[in-house]
Amino acid sequence: MSIKVKFFATLRESLDIDQVDVDAAKAPTVADAWHAATAGAVMPDHVLCALNLEHVPPETAVSDGDEVAFFPPVTGG
Amino acid sequence: MRWPSFHRSLAGKPVAVILLEQSFDPAELLNAQQAQIDAAAGEGSYGALATFVGTMRDSNEGDAVVAMRLEHYPEMTEQQLQKIIDTASQRWPLIDALIAHRVGEIVPGDPIVLTAVWSKHRAAAFDACRYLMEALKTDATFWKKETLADNSERWVERNTPGYS
Repeated sequence: MSIKVKFFATLRESLDIDQVDVDAAKAPTVADAWHAATAGAVMPDHVLCALNLEHVPPETAVSDGDEVAFFPPVTGG
Repeated sequence: MRWPSFHRSLAGKPVAVILLEQSFDPAELLNAQQAQIDAAAGEGSYGALATFVGTMRDSNEGDAVVAMRLEHYPEMTEQQLQKIIDTASQRWPLIDALIAHRVGEIVPGDPIVLTAVWSKHRAAAFDACRYLMEALKTDATFWKKETLADNSERWVERNTPGYS
């Protein structure tokens, strides 16, 4: 019963977390997954969220087995 | 091909998203893609090819930049790029499309991104090629970290506007 949480770029460096599994019961939404994975750190305003490889808002519901990711604004191209 | 590629069908013809860990020659990729289009649809199936190539500058925000590392979220990058091509193929009558993007270590002058669209007429090719590039800039999960002349590093925080 877990959710995989990934961090990228500046967030991965500042939190010093690449990837962590959190208890699904503690993460009913994407925002809750952030708090469970970061021990309650405040989510910066600019952070973007993904659920199962799709961009989503932080209030999106999460289910057991999902993959959640957090990252700063993208700068490819 | 020596690069990893992910092909899906666009009306039965090749469509590609290619992520590359080493420097690439845009012309070589275009020629390879056209050979596949010709093999699938016959020579002369398209009347327009629009391309965009983004390359690495040697400066940013007033500072000399000597190298850059492109980080990405592999599975999501691939899915988002494919989705961008799918959306473009629904909006415009395309014969084929290609997005190639570098990841890893790059140096000034290296191509970073190639977007290409083949269609019967120029309107769809120009517009869809622009769409691929602008959608990639907002949706595709890449992040750039620059190395400056004094060897210090910094993350690029935002993209420049796509329209003048």
